[in-house]
Amino acid sequence: MPVWQHLYDELKDKGFMVVAVAEESRGAEHARPWIEQAKSSYWQLIDTDHRLSDLYNLVNVPQAIWIDEQGRIARPPETAGSTDHFRRMDLKTRTMSPEDQAERLAARQAYLDAVRSWVTTGKHALAADAARKALPKVTPEIAEAHARFRLGVWLRAHDRAAEGDRQLAEASRLHPDSWSMWRQAADLDEVGKASGPEFWKRVQALGDRPYYPPPKL
Amino acid sequence: MTRILTSTAEHEVAAHDGLWMSATDAERATGWTLKPEGMCRADVCVPLPASAVGTSELDVAAFWKKLDGPVIASDARDVWALGAPADERNAALEGLEAPDFTLPDVDGVPRTLSALRGKKVFLATWASW
Repeated sequence: MPVWQHLYDELKDKGFMVVAVAEESRGAEHARPWIEQAKSSYWQLIDTDHRLSDLYNLVNVPQAIWIDEQGRIARPPETAGSTDHFRRMDLKTRTMSPEDQAERLAARQAYLDAVRSWVTTGKHALAADAARKALPKVTPEIAEAHARFRLGVWLRAHDRAAEGDRQLAEASRLHPDSWSMWRQAADLDEVGKASGPEFWKRVQALGDRPYYPPPKL
Repeated sequence: MTRILTSTAEHEVAAHDGLWMSATDAERATGWTLKPEGMCRADVCVPLPASAVGTSELDVAAFWKKLDGPVIASDARDVWALGAPADERNAALEGLEAPDFTLPDVDGVPRTLSALRGKKVFLATWASW
């Protein structure tokens, strides 16, 4: 998030705004320490029901959507600067090779540079046809998964954890591509579980498929 | 009382036998109005099967399924989630107008995306988990 603050500071006088949305079913107080540490002056919003993921068909964090001055989608949801290098991390020491660290930083930099040139020159905005083509399709299964996720979070927040967990598990079964649903459910069960052994097992099961599909800039 | 969770709001309604409720409650919960031609919103009307309408009531679960929207009930059938139909989401996104939303900031102040019209917006998600 400090990188988004730099971006905002640099571009705010050019008609640019950052809206950061925390997909955080534990609520505002759980997100507050990160938000205060970031000392952000852009909008920092709290989305306990993952409403944004439902509206924009998102599957992970961080994902970003670029929206132009007319309120039109200039780039559909895509990975916002993160890469898959973490998958090659040494799990014992939690470190990446220097090469991977450098590549990871370079990829993030390239993404932030793309945002910069969009704001200053309009570059990277997609034409309507290309933008439409890049939209992920909502299936009936995904739509049902969002409804079950919504109910599951509500039940969890109202002391009906076991029943809520059943709905959350069913949501993940219906929408297996959503890391947000699975990881949020794991986090509601126990803080830390979202990046525990079960998470790594799921990441390994991806095989050749990306965890963070790189943006096609 | 029965609680209805839509993708953007939460409503309490007087319902029985699932989601049979008054047209007034149905409108409050769904934004659709009961008219002789069916359930209507803006210039769209969806006819209801005879089995889903009574003299002053209707079956919102049957209506929602007619829209191809997900209808999920809690075990005790006291809380229901009415999800947005997949086609409605796809049509909104394919129109390329960024779906609008209002969410609170960390201090509870509501913020609405469309208030930023005129600016380029970088809308990004994150999470603590």
